[in-house]
Amino acid sequence: MYQQPDNKGFYGEFGGQFVPETLMYAVKELTQTYEEAKKDPEFQETLDYYLKQYVGRETPLYYADNLTKHLGGAKIYLKREDLNHTGAHKINNAIGQVLLAKRMGKNKIVAETGAGQHGVATATAAALFGMECIIFMGEVDVKRQELNVFRMELLGAKVESVVSGSRTLKDAVNEALRYWVATVEDTHYVLGSALGPHPFPEIVRDFQSVIGTEAKQQYLEVEGKLPEVALACVGGGSNSIGLFYPFINDKDVRLIGVEAAGKGLDTEEHAASITKGDVGVLHGSKMHLLQDDDGQVLEAFSISAGLDYPGIGPEHSHLYTSGRAEYKTITDEEALEGFHLLSRTEGIIPALESSHAIAYAMKLAKEMSPEESILICLSGRGDKDVQQIKERMAQE
Amino acid sequence: MKSLTRVLQQKKDNGNKLFIPYIMAGANGLERLAHEIEMLAESGASAIELGVPFSDPVADGPVIQLAGIHSRERGTTLKKIIAFLKEFNSPIPLILMGYFNSFLHYGLEGLVEDLSSTDVKGVIIPDLPYEHREMFLDPAKESDIAFIQLVTLTSSDERIDQLVSEAEGFIYAVTINGTTGINRDYQDNLYQHLQKITEKSPIPVLAGFGVSKPEHVQIFNNYCDGVIIGSCIVQSLAQNGIDETQELIETLFA
Ligand SMILES: Cc1ncc(COP(=O)(O)O)c(C=O)c1O
Repeated sequence: MYQQPDNKGFYGEFGGQFVPETLMYAVKELTQTYEEAKKDPEFQETLDYYLKQYVGRETPLYYADNLTKHLGGAKIYLKREDLNHTGAHKINNAIGQVLLAKRMGKNKIVAETGAGQHGVATATAAALFGMECIIFMGEVDVKRQELNVFRMELLGAKVESVVSGSRTLKDAVNEALRYWVATVEDTHYVLGSALGPHPFPEIVRDFQSVIGTEAKQQYLEVEGKLPEVALACVGGGSNSIGLFYPFINDKDVRLIGVEAAGKGLDTEEHAASITKGDVGVLHGSKMHLLQDDDGQVLEAFSISAGLDYPGIGPEHSHLYTSGRAEYKTITDEEALEGFHLLSRTEGIIPALESSHAIAYAMKLAKEMSPEESILICLSGRGDKDVQQIKERMAQE
Repeated sequence: MKSLTRVLQQKKDNGNKLFIPYIMAGANGLERLAHEIEMLAESGASAIELGVPFSDPVADGPVIQLAGIHSRERGTTLKKIIAFLKEFNSPIPLILMGYFNSFLHYGLEGLVEDLSSTDVKGVIIPDLPYEHREMFLDPAKESDIAFIQLVTLTSSDERIDQLVSEAEGFIYAVTINGTTGINRDYQDNLYQHLQKITEKSPIPVLAGFGVSKPEHVQIFNNYCDGVIIGSCIVQSLAQNGIDETQELIETLFA
């Protein structure tokens, strides 16, 4: 039986709580609150209520017949997280964590965001529960995800544009952590991916596991068996761990995470933390990290803002080193092919993040037989990306 | 007892207040570092904290962040800092302050071994908490390098007992919830908090974060054994040079 993390918050050698002493009390408070909430049926009921009535769960498991026929090979199923309220899986975690904040008596929320999806989800949950909300976002991302910035502001959140470092997600996390250190007594940090100090990776995984738990049940209903492959894109790794976790003990299901290879693994512009990084510590956690010879964290790059992070959640690092999951890469160009293909064959415009998973399925399906199938987490919809795609197409 | 603890304790026992400045190694070029250290020793420093530049300094405010960027732009690396220290004879003990990834990436055993032939007598790793302290303590066990513990406003009484019980060098009492920087407002309960730490701690307690005015130095010296001054000195070294910084320090302790 798979049982992670251990009582110090480690997944094998990864994870832990590498944070300044000021934050130790907050991560301990959160650990205890979560332990109690997990066992409290009332908390679970409240969460389920909002997931069903507000988020719109359960999300469908859609058999992509046109895409399957087009590719020729394994059957392709899409777990439609794009149909969630606010347009991505991020809301599953945001609602859960804001409920935890409430339980701790904290009514102020800070969060970071890359693509803006987690920012929108957090601003949404904060509005729903009447909490003050501040979101840090890199200046580069503010520009490429203008629409999401406006959405957050409409929802009553304050968006802080971060101008340090690469001005993307990594620096937004730095600023959110700095802000949290200063406001820790009345503020909860809603971390947006399966990253950060324990217990965040566990909390995010658990809240996102609804993806895999539903998908498994749905799969058994339609196929009478489990899929051969469960596939998802990996930025920090929350939608993928949410899909994988309920399948970890099902050894016959291949778990495949897709990292962003950006302009190519032979360039310096990518976000392939597992494929090209080595072990390090950043933002509270030991994990695979893109870094130079001096241990300085490198800037990640991907066409998709949500994958543009130099590290990966510690549980993925563990699943990788223990051999339970595989990690592949897809370039910007390939992701764009996936984006266009799904749009045309199925009438579903995917997020650029999710397009990485689609693009890998395009390669994999052909190598598999029609009796086999691939379950893809379609983590979000592409509305936020259409402006960026339009500009890119105009340039070409 | 590690030599850093002994040196600081002796000064304290002789009735002296302690002063530990923080500077970012290489912010103004590694060539100038020797002069900066010598000036600080002359200005009455009991030890010096040398910052190791890191790309993601989450415990630091704007001044030290910027100094780290300048240092990296000048090509400073941990390897170069250590190479410099191996050639340099410091008049007072040095303390390396850096983020855990820098040291982990260098290799902790190699780090301890290399530092043992320098004047570095302590390390501060703000993102290596008490819970994971053995990650540094194990490789450093046989060495003379002290692992300095931070105690903050959010550390409970019970935790303060834990933190001070096995502490080495000195206790770094953080005076605010927040990052390093100048012009900070202090909470009303701070002085009580400092006094509590001083009462519990068997080794010297120094207050740091935001200390940038003569009034701060005076008040903190009433409640603990000395002060740590960072951003204020870092900013002056960058903008005014070594002599003016020496004058600034004189006014702080006047
Ligand atoms: C739609 C979508 N998918 C995936 C991601 C990547 O995050 P994670 O790896 O945590 O699922 C994001 C992040 O913003 C996103 O918006």
